[in-house]
Amino acid sequence: MCLAIPVQVSEILPDDMAKVSLDGVTKTISTALVEDLKVGDYVVLHVGYALAKIDPEEAERTLALLASAGVAA
Amino acid sequence: MKYVDEYRDGRLAKGIAATIVREADPQRLYHFMEFCGGHTHAISRYGLEDLLPENVRMIHGPGCPVCVLPIARLEMAIECAQRPNVTLCTYGDLMRVPGSHGSSLLKAKAAGADIRMIYSTLDAIRIAEREPNREVVFFAIGFETTTPPTALAIRAAAKKKLANFSILCNHVLTPAAIQSILQSPEVRELGSVRIDGFIGPAHVSTVIGLQPYRFFAEEFQKPVVVAGFEPLDVAQAILMLVRQINEGRHEVENQYVRAVTEFGNEKAQAEVAEVFELRESFEWRGLGQVPYGALRLRPAYQGFDAEKRFALVAKPAEDNPACECGAILRGVKKPRDCKLFGTVCTPDTPMGSCMVSPEGACSAHWTYGRFRETTKAAPQRRSVA
Repeated sequence: MCLAIPVQVSEILPDDMAKVSLDGVTKTISTALVEDLKVGDYVVLHVGYALAKIDPEEAERTLALLASAGVAA
Repeated sequence: MKYVDEYRDGRLAKGIAATIVREADPQRLYHFMEFCGGHTHAISRYGLEDLLPENVRMIHGPGCPVCVLPIARLEMAIECAQRPNVTLCTYGDLMRVPGSHGSSLLKAKAAGADIRMIYSTLDAIRIAEREPNREVVFFAIGFETTTPPTALAIRAAAKKKLANFSILCNHVLTPAAIQSILQSPEVRELGSVRIDGFIGPAHVSTVIGLQPYRFFAEEFQKPVVVAGFEPLDVAQAILMLVRQINEGRHEVENQYVRAVTEFGNEKAQAEVAEVFELRESFEWRGLGQVPYGALRLRPAYQGFDAEKRFALVAKPAEDNPACECGAILRGVKKPRDCKLFGTVCTPDTPMGSCMVSPEGACSAHWTYGRFRETTKAAPQRRSVA
């Protein structure tokens, strides 16, 4: 139920809506719950609404951490 | 898919698992509850438990809104859908959940009720606008993740003066459920369920942030690590919990830093607070009455409450007496402890809600876990023969 997927904003539309794409599949979603969205941003999409922006720097940092957690083994 | 594939790298997962094996003290037990069905699904699907040492065990929690919905509430929705002129809009997850006496929304639809599966509350609003002569009722269900979209739908309906739109509200709250588990006799006194720490929900936490978990970490001295839903996220969270236990810490840590912040999505919280207020008590399947564990519409929005509009009353409804969903949701039993599991109860013919939802512990175990058991059990059988 709480499942959500990361999608990329491809176009900002009026009335707090946006077009997003996921590997070429496009969909119009509501962005009423997030602020300051730009084309190119990634958001967490849940039941037609963007719930949160994905922080690209934190995402990179997590990946680096995941890699280092294993290397030490 | 960006932000998905890279968090499913099997090579990295093995590396993290090796670190967990090295760091977990063989003299200790590490029993962690993953609250969320999304984590249960990831653990089963990617076989994470096979990578963990024997003394690091995962207990499946009640974080699947479909699973914790009491039958009486489902029956209310079915009754509502059967009223003349009503169109019941629902997320697909609920269609096959068994009610009492073999009923379900799917069967009610087959019998002629106007029940429509929707993807988003935006769809429900659209249907209400397009069909002004129908009473459109949205079967609202879900945790903090799914509540803001319902709140926005109510706000939109109010703004558009949609007199034919209402909701049957079953929104529930995560922190109240965690508290209920920690205070349950099984965990507190009997010691039959051991919980040393929690993996906190991913998307619920994008909305509520880390703040609400601080109370449990301090009051019950249990570490909480909020984690994403991908297998590497879960593996890393387990490692973080192992380290906290080893170091005698009980803190709230954030593994899902790419989407979760300390205070969460305050805009979404404000929308929810505008429309909803706490229910003093609400029944959860498995947990019983949970104080302040659910939401209802505020007086200003009660015109949108389907329970009032259609005078719906929850009638006592019995679960299948042999179904162990309740005990499974509390972590007291495992799916294979249920005699219905895999016999009469399968995802095709579910007897209980934990087998219906893909995030339910029974469904996850049926789809992925039972094969693991077969391969593990095979050598034993040979040795007996």
